[in-house]
Amino acid sequence: MNKENNIKDWYLENFNQFNKVVSDDIFKSLRKEASAKFENSDFPTKKDEEWKYTSISPILNHEFTPSPLFMGDKEVLPIIDKYLIKDLEVHLLVFVNGIFNKELSKIGEVENGIIIDNLYNLSKNNPEFISEHLSTKNDTNNSFNFLNNVFTYDGFVVYIPKNKVIEKPIHVLNIASNINKPLVQPRNIVIAEANTEANIITEYVGTEKSEYFTNILTDISVDENSHITFFKLQNESNAAYHIDKTEIIQKASSVFNHFSLSFGSRIARNDINTKLDGENIETHLYGLYLGNEEQHIDHHTFIDHAKPNCMSNELYKGILDDKAHGVFSGKILVNQIAQKTNAFQSNKSVLLSDEASIDAKPQLEIYADDVKCSHGATVGKLDEQAYFYIRSRGVSAESARSMLIRAFIDDVVSEIKIDQLKEKVSDTIFEHLHREKF
Amino acid sequence: MIKIKNLHANVEGTEILKGIDLEVNPGEIHAIMGPNGSGKSTLANVLAGHESYEVTEGEIIFENKNIVEMAPDERAREGLFLAFQYPIEIPGVSNSVFLKTAINEIRKHKGEEEISAKDFLALIREKAEVLGMDSSLISRSVNQGFSGGEKKRNEILQLLTLNPKLAILDETDSGLDIDALKIVAHGVNKFKNDNNAVILVTHYQRLLDYIIPDFVHVLYKGKIVKSGDKNLALELEERGYDWIIKEQPQAV
Ligand SMILES: Nc1ncnc2c1ncn2[C@@H]1O[C@H](COP(=O)(O)OP(=O)(O)OP(=O)(O)O)[C@@H](O)[C@H]1O
Ligand SMILES: [Mg+2]
Repeated sequence: MNKENNIKDWYLENFNQFNKVVSDDIFKSLRKEASAKFENSDFPTKKDEEWKYTSISPILNHEFTPSPLFMGDKEVLPIIDKYLIKDLEVHLLVFVNGIFNKELSKIGEVENGIIIDNLYNLSKNNPEFISEHLSTKNDTNNSFNFLNNVFTYDGFVVYIPKNKVIEKPIHVLNIASNINKPLVQPRNIVIAEANTEANIITEYVGTEKSEYFTNILTDISVDENSHITFFKLQNESNAAYHIDKTEIIQKASSVFNHFSLSFGSRIARNDINTKLDGENIETHLYGLYLGNEEQHIDHHTFIDHAKPNCMSNELYKGILDDKAHGVFSGKILVNQIAQKTNAFQSNKSVLLSDEASIDAKPQLEIYADDVKCSHGATVGKLDEQAYFYIRSRGVSAESARSMLIRAFIDDVVSEIKIDQLKEKVSDTIFEHLHREKF
Repeated sequence: MIKIKNLHANVEGTEILKGIDLEVNPGEIHAIMGPNGSGKSTLANVLAGHESYEVTEGEIIFENKNIVEMAPDERAREGLFLAFQYPIEIPGVSNSVFLKTAINEIRKHKGEEEISAKDFLALIREKAEVLGMDSSLISRSVNQGFSGGEKKRNEILQLLTLNPKLAILDETDSGLDIDALKIVAHGVNKFKNDNNAVILVTHYQRLLDYIIPDFVHVLYKGKIVKSGDKNLALELEERGYDWIIKEQPQAV
């Protein structure tokens, strides 16, 4: 038996165990179905076109334990102060190893009809809602996504009924513990009905050097004329693995902004798929990835222009040091009927060491004739002359470097319109750039 | 202040500086002139510690320390300043962040406290006014989209705010019209006192009408081939460099 079968068996055995521990709930049949699919699917390999730059085999070398299995264990509550966003009032949802923690969370009052909750709770208290809104579509799922479905348990849920606005940003803080090697699998849902607005900040963190595996599925639906901004701050432990698939569907005249801000993890793979299913839609995908040591950070974006008169704009910036490896694959599909599409894509990276590398792959598939599409990718080093110039004014090598890097990524950071969050992101960038070298 | 002894330097394996000796004392202004490609900017860059240049022989003693092995930022903190012949544009880094960081690193080195936001602003306003600069330039990215003249003034603004011991000005006059030249010269003269020193690299006498040098040196093919007082510059203005070059022993 090979390693892959071993690990599959490991998770399937855990599923048996899980079934004994978790009482019957509305996810039961879904899980069962997913377990069959999981059993019959293979983990992606580098032979798969979509995975050719990312080897996931290190993930398969570990036996992670689905976190609901050790839920009963007494655990010290993590200290969350350092993760909070200074001077910003938010609805705070804290998940420890993927499981909602009521004591640490603080959800403020919201208008009638708005839901800010966790999946487990809703499945008990409002199962109809979950049955109605939990997407079971899985035609693009791979083994990791099935694995998430097998253990469907918790995640955050935001529902905004027509014409409502969630004023305060929602901060979803996911903390992984450093014991038990958990498999953390959030199943997140955002539903924004017509004419709504919200800012959602998701954050994934873990204690340094701890080994765990975060495997996320997020569905976001943005209905007509809604404005949703979604941030993901990925600052996992450098020994953790992080896989995230986010599916977005947008309807006419909506605006959706997505930020993927990646700092941590040993291997990170992000799939951000968005379908522009209506006219006059605006989509912005921003990305920032800072990698060092042996980190591997992969972003795959897919923008499906299904209708005419939409615009999409992608801006990704990467900084790679040591032996870090970045991947950016940006696919844009413009359907035949999607005339007057404007699609822009830019991926720029800076390599700070000779051993750092990036694979960038733009993929434009355009079937309409009246469109404006552009893409560009650059890879470079820090400007030596500018570096000398700054140092010649007395600024240390480290600060000069950091100044140039921050200048390089400024066009992404400056798009963060929540100042307090921008501050937090800047601090994270700063910490990352000035961390001790090993 | 600075004592340069038998300085040899290479760039990409080619020797550009071929044995330079120069001593500058506090209170002095030295002008360095010489034809294009003679090595003036190379000398300036080597003094500032540019890492593309390799010092193969000789010493640079700055304030009693040999700085040949010192990093550029360390030299700057010790009080050496280079105004660049071609100031660099740095998109995304604002002038104010840049200058404030520099001021604070220098202060920290001297064991002083960081400058307050208020004092910083006042300092910049005061110095910008000396140079007739619009203080809105301070919030823009370093040199980005600045005109040639603005870039040169910005170098002098940095000189005035950082207030080093030794200022090396590499063709700060080139590309300036006469009014701008006067303003820049005024700035340099404001900086100058008995305890600091200036090395001026220039092609033109006209700057030396406003900043009067105590010594004038001619650099040719990586060596100082003639030194004199301010009258040497006037003579060069009249006669060019040919007569000096002809005085040189033929290269073997
Ligand atoms: N980075 C470099 N790489 C290669 N050659 C260089 C480099 N820097 C300087 N040189 C060469 O060294 C010589 C001296 O150049 P330098 O810029 O010091 O002259 P200069 O006296 O300042 O001239 P100018 O009056 O034109 O400013 C030139 O031949 C130049 O081509
Ligand atoms: Mg020059």
